[in-house]
Amino acid sequence: MNYFPDEVLEHVFDFLTSHRDRNAVSLVCKSWFKVEKWSRHRVFVGNCYAISPERLIARFPRVRALTLKGKPHFADFNLVPHDWGGFVYPWIEAMAKSNIGLEELRLKRMVVSNEGLELLARSFVNFKSLVLISCEGFTTDGLAAVAANCRFLRELDLQENEVEDRKGQWLSCFPDSCTSLVSLNFACLKGEVNLTALERLVARCPNLKSLRLNRAVPLDALQRILMLAPQLEDLGTGSYVHDPDTETYNKLISTFQKCRSIRSMSGFLEVSPLCLPAIYPICSNLTSLNLSYAPGIHGDELIKLIHHCRKLQRLWILDCIGDKGLGVVASTCKELQELRVFPSDPFGVGNAAVTEKGLVAISFGCPKLHSLLYFCQQVTNAALITVAKNCPNFTRFRLCILDATKADPVTMQPLDEGFGAIVQSCKDLRRLSLSGLLTDRVFLYIGMYAEQLEMLSIAFAGDSDKGMLYVLNGCKKLRKLEIRDSPFGNEALLTDVGKYETMRSLWMSSCEVTLGGCKVLAEKMPRINVEIINEYDQMEFGFDDRQKVDKMFLYRTLVGPRKDAPHFVWTL
Amino acid sequence: MDSGLSSLGGGGGGGSGGGSSTNESVTTVSKVEVVEQMSTEASSYPGEAELELGLGLSLGTGGGGGGLVKPKQPSSAWGEYGRILTAKDFPSVLSNASSTTPRFSNSSAGPVSGTKRAADSAVSQEVGSATAASQVVGWPPIRAYRMNSLVNQAKALAAEDDKADSENDKFKDTLKKKPYTGSNKNNSTVKEKGHLGFVKVNMDGLPIGRKVDLDAHACYETLAQTLEDMFFRHNTTMPPIRSDVEKGQSTNPSKLLDGSSEFVLTYEDKDGDWMLVGDVPWGMFLSTVKRLRIMRTSEANGLGM
Repeated sequence: MNYFPDEVLEHVFDFLTSHRDRNAVSLVCKSWFKVEKWSRHRVFVGNCYAISPERLIARFPRVRALTLKGKPHFADFNLVPHDWGGFVYPWIEAMAKSNIGLEELRLKRMVVSNEGLELLARSFVNFKSLVLISCEGFTTDGLAAVAANCRFLRELDLQENEVEDRKGQWLSCFPDSCTSLVSLNFACLKGEVNLTALERLVARCPNLKSLRLNRAVPLDALQRILMLAPQLEDLGTGSYVHDPDTETYNKLISTFQKCRSIRSMSGFLEVSPLCLPAIYPICSNLTSLNLSYAPGIHGDELIKLIHHCRKLQRLWILDCIGDKGLGVVASTCKELQELRVFPSDPFGVGNAAVTEKGLVAISFGCPKLHSLLYFCQQVTNAALITVAKNCPNFTRFRLCILDATKADPVTMQPLDEGFGAIVQSCKDLRRLSLSGLLTDRVFLYIGMYAEQLEMLSIAFAGDSDKGMLYVLNGCKKLRKLEIRDSPFGNEALLTDVGKYETMRSLWMSSCEVTLGGCKVLAEKMPRINVEIINEYDQMEFGFDDRQKVDKMFLYRTLVGPRKDAPHFVWTL
Repeated sequence: MDSGLSSLGGGGGGGSGGGSSTNESVTTVSKVEVVEQMSTEASSYPGEAELELGLGLSLGTGGGGGGLVKPKQPSSAWGEYGRILTAKDFPSVLSNASSTTPRFSNSSAGPVSGTKRAADSAVSQEVGSATAASQVVGWPPIRAYRMNSLVNQAKALAAEDDKADSENDKFKDTLKKKPYTGSNKNNSTVKEKGHLGFVKVNMDGLPIGRKVDLDAHACYETLAQTLEDMFFRHNTTMPPIRSDVEKGQSTNPSKLLDGSSEFVLTYEDKDGDWMLVGDVPWGMFLSTVKRLRIMRTSEANGLGM
């Protein structure tokens, strides 16, 4: 191994794209470690508190593309208080100070400030790509700074962020010299945009492949933009509202016919269903369709649309499509790989928009399905067993019954057998979310069969500590475990504390774990941060070890307790 | 879950409300007739068609009991259902540990002014849950951004229809010297589209709207008269008899059209713009009107008042 010059090794390592492969390679010997270290450009940090910016820079001094994740997953559902943490500024600051040649930054569930964006824009000359997912803390002023200063910006992708819209002219801040945009997604912005600036920007970016507009972009502007960018491959419409009996709409029809490259569509945040036929010619080429933010399209119109989409591989849709509509999906979309069905009325009146019937139909019709997120009114064990048989290729299976502890409506049994069938049949299952009435038995099955499982989400399930123990003992590849409102306590938590160093994190809220149990864990495992989140009354901290902990989040870390924890977070 | 909701008039569908007190606004509202169930309204919320428009007072606590009490809420049960929640309300309610997520049973729709309102209430009805079962923070597990979007989109859909407001003011008018306030001779252009017939009419300050049959009128005067009867006399429940109207009978000149009222009659046209009633020939008006709104003059800027 030592005979190869470093350059050769480096060239070989270039072919290794997976982080895990590169991590493995760096463990072989010192010289491989060194070569890998100096040639690693893409770094993934799944928990921003597992490592510090300084240590990251020391370890990978040539990092160019960084992915950072902040808040725990359950923060998406408002279970984590607002200012828990996850600030990106220290990272940007550290990299700027060390003259890192950062080109790409991808953030998920982090707090991003305008100052951070401004510093980013000023510090990294070759910055090319900014992707923000479920972030918050910045306004359109920050975006303006990025637009104005990142001369070679290729990608600005804002997904589901809470952005305060200052109604400034951030789009106009792209200089005339900016012609490098490949991807622009501002669908989550709520405010007006300067349409002229947008059209001119699109006109001067010939490589633009992905464009997702926000609600403020009307249909006539969409038509003009498409004329300027017929090369688009991914389109998110803004407002799709118009009178179909107009010149504009007719123009749109013929414009869409010229857009032969569109493979992915989304948006339709507001929609006039009568205008949908304009996109039918595109539908036959679509591989990805996201209508989950389009409550204005009703079941029968959805079905009409789906009939045209024979090549779909990914479909995100609202449950107003109904079981019948899912049947149409099943018979039309034979290439379907990923399906997400969201509730259009989450606190609804008990009307079964979709039930297990739709899912079963999909499983019969779409054998390539491997990723599922399904919100429904009810599910039966029989249905899950059928689905498991029909689709053994699931890698992600998330089922959410809106009534969290609902039993099999036919047999009144828990859903243990159904989910058991899923984990037994789907040998490559990496992610699983459970719901419905569940006993310890389902966890026994999971522990026994879910050998590749990396992430498990549990809510209102199980009977005793045994349940959690089955999982901790059985799932060797488990990385993230999140549990809420389940009767797992100290025994489950403390039986195998070493396990937590093999995992990224564990979340437990409204369980039976006590303060005393958490303290024991923290003491035994110095390289685990055990955070107790108590937002209501800090006075209760430390008073009684027998007291149950409302929210606990623990994660492995190389840098000890974090220094930016707010007052309601206590690291034991 | 029924919970001490007494139904006045019309449909059942009593529902629970978390709020417990009533105020004068509810009393006023209760005098307004219940409109027919707007099941024809297009809606993406499947639960709506089933919701009956029961008008009633919510007395005491709802069947959900322990409904989340939000200090920001107006004290009337009506206000509670009628209030359009903003996205801000949503996450704060969700993160409150005490209770959220109602589970509506079929009978627990509560007083609603329209199916969209119902959707609004349904989607946003964290407060005053209908049933005691499952009031859960963060369930179903939908990303907050998506939830907020849903609420906002429901709001937008609802805002297209009736606004809820519990005030009721006096009439004043703005349409002076408008060319077509008199009878219009262009009766032949009436009824360009078969479905024109009934259009919605809303008045600022009233949560419950009405519908008026435009086909039964041949001119602005009779239309305005009918509307005044509907909204200011409270005793007219039937549309005017067609024959009477066609004869152009109206005893008083309409206040709505002559500018002497606090309110202005406006309409939404095909382009989605709000226009003053009376500018264009009746027939042209018919071909472009989508719905009517009796707007407060103070809101009708720039009408030369």
